[in-house]
Amino acid sequence: MKTKSILTLSALPFLFASNFASAQTVDVEVTNLTQGIFFTPLLVSAHDSSNHLFEAGQSATAELQAMAEGGDISGLVTATTALGAVNSENPAGGLLAPSSSAQVSDLDTGSNTHLSIVAMLLPTNDGFVGLDSWEIPEEAGTYTLFINGYDAGTEANDEVVNGGGAPGSLGIPANPGGNGGTGASGVTTTETNQTIHIHRGNVGDTDATGGVSDVDSRIHRWLNPVAKIVVTVK
Amino acid sequence: MKLKSKMKLKAIVNIGAVTLVAGLIVGCSDSSNSPSAPEMNDYEITLINLSSNQPLSPMAVIIHEASYSGWAIGTASTAGLEHLAEGGDNSTFLVEARTANAPGVESGEGVIIPGGSELVDVSVHRGSDLKLTVASMLVNTNDAFTGGTGIDLSSLSIGDELKVRLPIYDAGTEVNNELVGTIPGPADGGEGFNSDRDDVNVVSRHPGVVSNVDGYTDSVLEQSHRFDSPIAQLVVRRVN
Repeated sequence: MKTKSILTLSALPFLFASNFASAQTVDVEVTNLTQGIFFTPLLVSAHDSSNHLFEAGQSATAELQAMAEGGDISGLVTATTALGAVNSENPAGGLLAPSSSAQVSDLDTGSNTHLSIVAMLLPTNDGFVGLDSWEIPEEAGTYTLFINGYDAGTEANDEVVNGGGAPGSLGIPANPGGNGGTGASGVTTTETNQTIHIHRGNVGDTDATGGVSDVDSRIHRWLNPVAKIVVTVK
Repeated sequence: MKLKSKMKLKAIVNIGAVTLVAGLIVGCSDSSNSPSAPEMNDYEITLINLSSNQPLSPMAVIIHEASYSGWAIGTASTAGLEHLAEGGDNSTFLVEARTANAPGVESGEGVIIPGGSELVDVSVHRGSDLKLTVASMLVNTNDAFTGGTGIDLSSLSIGDELKVRLPIYDAGTEVNNELVGTIPGPADGGEGFNSDRDDVNVVSRHPGVVSNVDGYTDSVLEQSHRFDSPIAQLVVRRVN
């Protein structure tokens, strides 16, 4: 689409030099709104206006893919830190269980003006919850956002729980609730839309020892939004 | 390391839970118009398909005033909306808009594939109460469409951008049986428009498709055709 201009990294330092905002301190509360889906360790990142952890309709970066397929945020941390972002890594101290919350307190954003949040959804192949570059208001107050479940578009949603979390390794790394099945034949081997898109949702089945999916259709489905974000600008 | 970089972020609006973040880029005054030339508002309307496997039919783009509406929840679809939602043909829908004196009526050039997008330019005489309607069929369904109607453009200054995440509606004109021969998209290659109205005959939000992976073996749809909301992102940019 022609409204976008993609810049190379080397050009970046010259472009936002004049775009200083006063430093802000924010609290960020992330609530998992689902009934049966876990979030892997969250990355809450304050960055400048020209960067994104992901953009719907665009291809996933390798770092985003590693997060979405295996819950590994280290690549995104390295990449954003190199660009001057201020990050809160893993504020939940591990998995964020269904219907529970994690708190980031007193994040000093420095000169960064925008907020992004990502975490993998389990059990899925490459589903993730995401907030893409939300402009942090300058006015003190409490702001509430509801965000959706995305599909990174990098892996077929076969819904087989086999420990496969590394990029390129087909399968779901884990079902933390332990409430699914085994021995599934796989829902599909193809990914139709290979860009980042809204996740179609888990299909699942009700067969604990076979069927097409190791995910339980009675437990592991969801409807958007999957997370509530409360940002308090101090 | 390849984080995406983008220079212009302006406004974000989510239908439902509304968040509005506006930034401004002030345009230059336009000194090239002769005094008698009408002042025009120019918009770039981009639709991005965020579905798994629902190609979107050529979009209808209508800029209008408050007296027009493309549809309303609980109200029967017009014949034009029925054609659009059952068969992906927006021509009658656009004729209806012209008949209602909508000042800006355009069509996308083609189907927007999942992950794809299209930009349509629309220019209208400057007005104080401009609104936008966009509509497009999810072609692997019986009569589902996405879009928005009555989206307010009056607060957009030159250079501003509005982003709207679009839900899925059901035209209510064709029962959602998902059977072979009833769905015009590539999942089936079946019938598009049929003038019979064998469903609830009012517009509502869409309940989603069942598909053949969920116990409905007669469905011609499979796992990739399932969807959740939103199905698409609309980006409205005022360029003049």
